[in-house]
Amino acid sequence: MGVKRTYAEINEKIKAGKVVVVTAEEIIGIVEEKGIEKAAEEVDVVTTGTFGPMCSSGAFFNFGHPKPRIKMHRVWMNGVPAYTGIAAVDAYLGVTELPDYDPLNSNYPGEFRYGGGHVIEDLVAGKAVKLEATGYGTDCYPRKKIETYVTLTDINEAYLFNPRNAYQNYNVAVNLSDKIIYTYMGTLKPDLGNAHYCSAGQLSPLMNDPYYRTIGIGTRIFLGGGVGYVVWNGTQHNPCGPRSENGVPTGGAGTLAVIGDLKQMKPQWLRGTSYLGYGSTLTVGVGVPIPILDEEMLRFTSVKDEEIYAPIVDYSHDYPNATGKTLGSVSYAQLKSGVIEVNGKQVPTAPLSSYVKAREIAESLKQWILKGEFLLGEPVQTLPSADTGISIKGLQEKTAP
Amino acid sequence: MAPRKIVLRFPPQIVDKPLIYHLVKDYGLMINVLKANVNPYKEGFMVVEISGEPHQYEQGMNFLRERGVILDQLSENVVRNTDRCTHCGACTSACPTHALYISRPSMEVVFDDEKCVVCGVCLKTCPVKAIEVNFNGYSRRGI
Repeated sequence: MGVKRTYAEINEKIKAGKVVVVTAEEIIGIVEEKGIEKAAEEVDVVTTGTFGPMCSSGAFFNFGHPKPRIKMHRVWMNGVPAYTGIAAVDAYLGVTELPDYDPLNSNYPGEFRYGGGHVIEDLVAGKAVKLEATGYGTDCYPRKKIETYVTLTDINEAYLFNPRNAYQNYNVAVNLSDKIIYTYMGTLKPDLGNAHYCSAGQLSPLMNDPYYRTIGIGTRIFLGGGVGYVVWNGTQHNPCGPRSENGVPTGGAGTLAVIGDLKQMKPQWLRGTSYLGYGSTLTVGVGVPIPILDEEMLRFTSVKDEEIYAPIVDYSHDYPNATGKTLGSVSYAQLKSGVIEVNGKQVPTAPLSSYVKAREIAESLKQWILKGEFLLGEPVQTLPSADTGISIKGLQEKTAP
Repeated sequence: MAPRKIVLRFPPQIVDKPLIYHLVKDYGLMINVLKANVNPYKEGFMVVEISGEPHQYEQGMNFLRERGVILDQLSENVVRNTDRCTHCGACTSACPTHALYISRPSMEVVFDDEKCVVCGVCLKTCPVKAIEVNFNGYSRRGI
């Protein structure tokens, strides 16, 4: 049977200052020492964290109306175009968007030094951002142009809305070709010169709740240094792929769509990021608290790097051509050791996701809960899980029907 | 004397002079050139590792200074902005001399400026531009 807890009971303990919270790293040692049953009796919440580049991110803004009014038809923030095909002074700035004047990869490899992610970091850091907009003029919105500067405090709403964050597991990228390649997984040296991975492994949110039993719509989270919420499954959410015996997927699987007020976030947890020869993005800090509803949840959160496997994929041919081929799999313990074996060769590894910052996020979230500042949000609906039969579709090229 | 890594900057007027030759011939110093280039303004830039007798090293360096060469300690040239660095680790597989490496088990990125040869690979590789290089007194984030 074992222990059972409800969200309400855990929240009562948080309010009373009696909650027991540990990080997904700390729980491993506790389980090794005391066993699952005892640990589940003692621990109420396990906190997770991840801090990595998350390209499917961006922010919605409402700039307020100038006098006279304008229906914005094109918008630029520090030269980076924002999407404004919504109401008059609303816009969405995506983190991978680049200025019109960026040379991109015409000067290969491009540097992509400033994009939408950097604009968001600047705003969160309190900096003024140049806002330019043009309109075509209507009877109700006569103005055709505006050029001004805005800060986060000047504008009405600014909220991060990331359609896909916190990937549950990911590829390990290598390069089998004889020349250097520049990818979203970093710079990959020829002939298996290095291997890049991008997950916090045992600390990563969805690794600790592999079937999304507790992470769903309404889950309150750490987002960019502030409080946010899970609002949907992320795009490309793929819960039905292969899993290990412990339930953890053996490749990219579940994802989260998240939202949160940009005005309370911090620049150290939303970092404008550039990948040489690839593009710009945003490194996002996400932390999710996992309620220990029962022994099963405790067992899930005690997962360790040795038990989590990621597929090794060649990014010179197999990834770009979507062949689906992998070169085997390795555990995060092996990846973190600094060297893995691929095709009989010793290959040095490097992460792109910061384990140091993931640990800091899990620790911050733990402190928020211990101080009674952060209550758990019970999902109003859980995310599609392994029993839904969802499969990821490729894009077919068709003629007009 | 333990080998010392220094940065030499040659103004355009002297960039065509065989000064390193004199360090070897007149002062008996061993020179290992780690990096050298001449920019479009004809200014020379060289990172060298020098070993030899301490008094001869001093005399050799004075010889360079008298000829107009600007000398800098290597460690002053490449700086990691520790506030900006996220310890993601992307630089560690690019750094050819392992001056940037991951300390285990903490997984923190460490910068050992003794091993740095100012090749500049990390400047472009660092996703958050946390590595800065000082050239002639002013600092640039990346190049």
